Amino acid sequence: MHEQIKQVPRSRPANDSGIVVCWSCKGPVESGVLFCPVCEAVQPPGQLDHFFRLGLEVSFDVDQKMLDRRYFDLQRHLHPDRFATKTPRERALSQSQATSLNQAYEVLKDDLGRADYLIHLQGAEVPEGCNLINDQKLLMESLELREALAKAKTAVEVDALAGRAAGDIETCVEQLSSLFAADDLEGACRLATRLKYFRKLAEETRQARARLVDG
Amino acid sequence: MAALLQIHEPGKTPGADEGKPALAIGIDLGTTNSVVAVSRDGQPEILRDGDGKALIPSVVAYAADRSAVVGAAAKHLLLDRPESVIGSVKRLMGRGVKDMKSLAGALPFDIEPADEDATGMVRLNVAGHRLTPVEISAEILKALKQRAESHLGGKVERAVVTVPAYFDDAARAATKDAARLAGLEVLRLVNEPTAAALAYGLDKQAEGLYAVYDLGGGTFDISLLRLEKGVFQVLATGGDAALGGDDFDHAVAEHFLHRRGQRTGGVKLTSSEAKMALMAARLAKECLTNQDEGDWVLDVNGEQTHHSLGRDELEALIAPLVERTVNLCRHVLEDAGLTADKIQGVVLVGGSTRVPLVRRRVGEIFGQVPLDDINPDEVVAAGAALQAEALTTGSDTLLLDVTPLSLGIETMGGLSEKIIHRNTPIPVAKAQEFTTYQEGQTAMSIHVVQGEREMVDQCRSLARFELAGIPPMTAGAARIRVTFCVDADGLLAVGATEATTGVEARVEVKPSYGLGEEEMAKMLRDSMVHASQDMATRLLAEARVEAGRSLNAIAAALAADRDLLERGERAAIEKAMARVDAAVKNDDRGAIDKAVEDLEAATFAFAERRMDRGIRTALRGVSVERLDDGGEDAEEGAA
Repeated sequence: MHEQIKQVPRSRPANDSGIVVCWSCKGPVESGVLFCPVCEAVQPPGQLDHFFRLGLEVSFDVDQKMLDRRYFDLQRHLHPDRFATKTPRERALSQSQATSLNQAYEVLKDDLGRADYLIHLQGAEVPEGCNLINDQKLLMESLELREALAKAKTAVEVDALAGRAAGDIETCVEQLSSLFAADDLEGACRLATRLKYFRKLAEETRQARARLVDG
Repeated sequence: MAALLQIHEPGKTPGADEGKPALAIGIDLGTTNSVVAVSRDGQPEILRDGDGKALIPSVVAYAADRSAVVGAAAKHLLLDRPESVIGSVKRLMGRGVKDMKSLAGALPFDIEPADEDATGMVRLNVAGHRLTPVEISAEILKALKQRAESHLGGKVERAVVTVPAYFDDAARAATKDAARLAGLEVLRLVNEPTAAALAYGLDKQAEGLYAVYDLGGGTFDISLLRLEKGVFQVLATGGDAALGGDDFDHAVAEHFLHRRGQRTGGVKLTSSEAKMALMAARLAKECLTNQDEGDWVLDVNGEQTHHSLGRDELEALIAPLVERTVNLCRHVLEDAGLTADKIQGVVLVGGSTRVPLVRRRVGEIFGQVPLDDINPDEVVAAGAALQAEALTTGSDTLLLDVTPLSLGIETMGGLSEKIIHRNTPIPVAKAQEFTTYQEGQTAMSIHVVQGEREMVDQCRSLARFELAGIPPMTAGAARIRVTFCVDADGLLAVGATEATTGVEARVEVKPSYGLGEEEMAKMLRDSMVHASQDMATRLLAEARVEAGRSLNAIAAALAADRDLLERGERAAIEKAMARVDAAVKNDDRGAIDKAVEDLEAATFAFAERRMDRGIRTALRGVSVERLDDGGEDAEEGAA
């Protein structure tokens, strides 16, 4: 998720009223609405933050069921399949709306994506890749685990490491929740980096296992 | 006024309600067989021939005058004139010469040498004609269109066409081109397993996590979907666009030819003989579904050999291929973060799932007996028809699909940098910034590939883009933002802008295995006498849709804000509306466009007043709870 396009904060229309022109009936619409209340034409997606777009509170603790429901409800109205017989302009707008919705959904449904995004919303960035220089403990751990994975000769040994990664991922997510709740941005940054690292390790154990099984 | 509003009920397009609304059909364009269906009131109907057969063999026979015969009749000609008959052309869609699979050194196709300037798509020689797979597929689509038209008693111009989920961009684009050549507008390309899930799920009211195992004649797909209250959400998909029943036939044919070689000494096959050997192999495979053993005759070079084969031997021959599908099932479960026990049911799709070994192995990997209460040959077309109905008349169901393959660009050292990862929900857009590395550089070339491997040459080349018109700057100063969009059909589009100047760079696409624009245009001219007329009809229809949109919008605005207009002003707008309405009833596109333009002009002042009032009302609201947020946005605006 760290490669994701940088989100530009919502830009206000020039007149500062939050009112823009509906492209279809040329009347006033609130910026960010999905459909013109007068002529019902679909509007451009605008630059909304992902939480706002999906009608959720800005928080690390997202109820997955609620997230899915909101996402499905919105896609039901905005997906290009609903606009197949409309004008080219409406089809294009539906595509941008659905694209923005997918992007928001992908970021928010993923623990790491959500953590990175929350940190980004607060004006900081999680360092690219796995920058371990500032975290001696994680650096040592990573060296040790990577060595163990390289030495692992059996599926059982790999599974043990995979289990270790899975457990650590779970702990990270729990701790992230309380760090965000306590507004500890620095702590959250550190944990997000740790989560990123253990995700990578989990992926490597999967690959190692596939190699051992497939021969 | 009342009369005007009555004419333009919201949602109805003027012009569209002349006569019955045209039905859109669903097409399963298969490697071995194709099926066409139509859905009315949520009830899909498979369209059959006089003998009740739904399957049209995807086989085309060409005569000397280039006229084509499609289906069973073409298949029969395979015995007499194998050089003028071609099948399994779907395997060649969006493919190059290097992708071809040979049998004992011979291809079941006659490949033509490529032109210097043409794109890399393979060209074939059938009955002395130089043809692309796109043109041959178009003949099959025309036959399906005809079947639908004779069933429905009217013209059919719109269709949902299914493609393997694992089809890459080139193969998808080629399929869409083929439909265009056949005079069909593709409303949507739908992935075959997704279409099957739609038909199955709606029919059985299924909810929960389902796997669709789709093994056809030439392609394999495995998709995992979540079905929930009318939502069909693809969680992950995997597969192999070059693995299917045809490969089983290949394995058996090679086995027969190997035995034959031991008896008669090795022979080099002609492409016609390769076709015959494959036909015998296929017959053997099909018989061994119900039989335990049998004998088959191979007639090559006028010399007959007899071959016996038992089911055990068949299974030993195809086991490595079936295991490949089993491994792909494992991978896709991992991709979705699921284990087999979470899967509620496994739907089998495609004729090759009749092979007993396939059923057994699928049962083993998912730990359950696969569902077989559907017809694996017809369920995809039924789903396509349901989706065609949903797209044209509206529906509550929702298909949310993903991109099957990662999309990347070539970077230094021939590495592929992934920009859109596989299993990302579509439509999707990702942007990437590039910079120039030379003083005053005004162009750069970008190579787009699809696939999971790290090296570009192990991925599939999609296209090379030339970015031209970059303003000359010092090296590294230009910031070119390239946006990659994958639409709901799974097709890629690329746009580019230079960020510091806002200059749009031209993007010229040279598809690696597709057809160039010019070539496509020429084919349209050659193959459809009425191509230009069809184009005009399409543009006219679009103008009418746009006019309808404009009339609806202004009628709604008048209803909401009529107090902003003097009586005379209102009359002027209504007159302009009446003129659009009159223009729509005639076939003059120019007149429709002009009337719509005039209407926009006539409502200009009205629109301004509506905006003024809207902003004033909003500001009154804001001034009470005024938020202090003006400053931080300013800097962003300058970027």
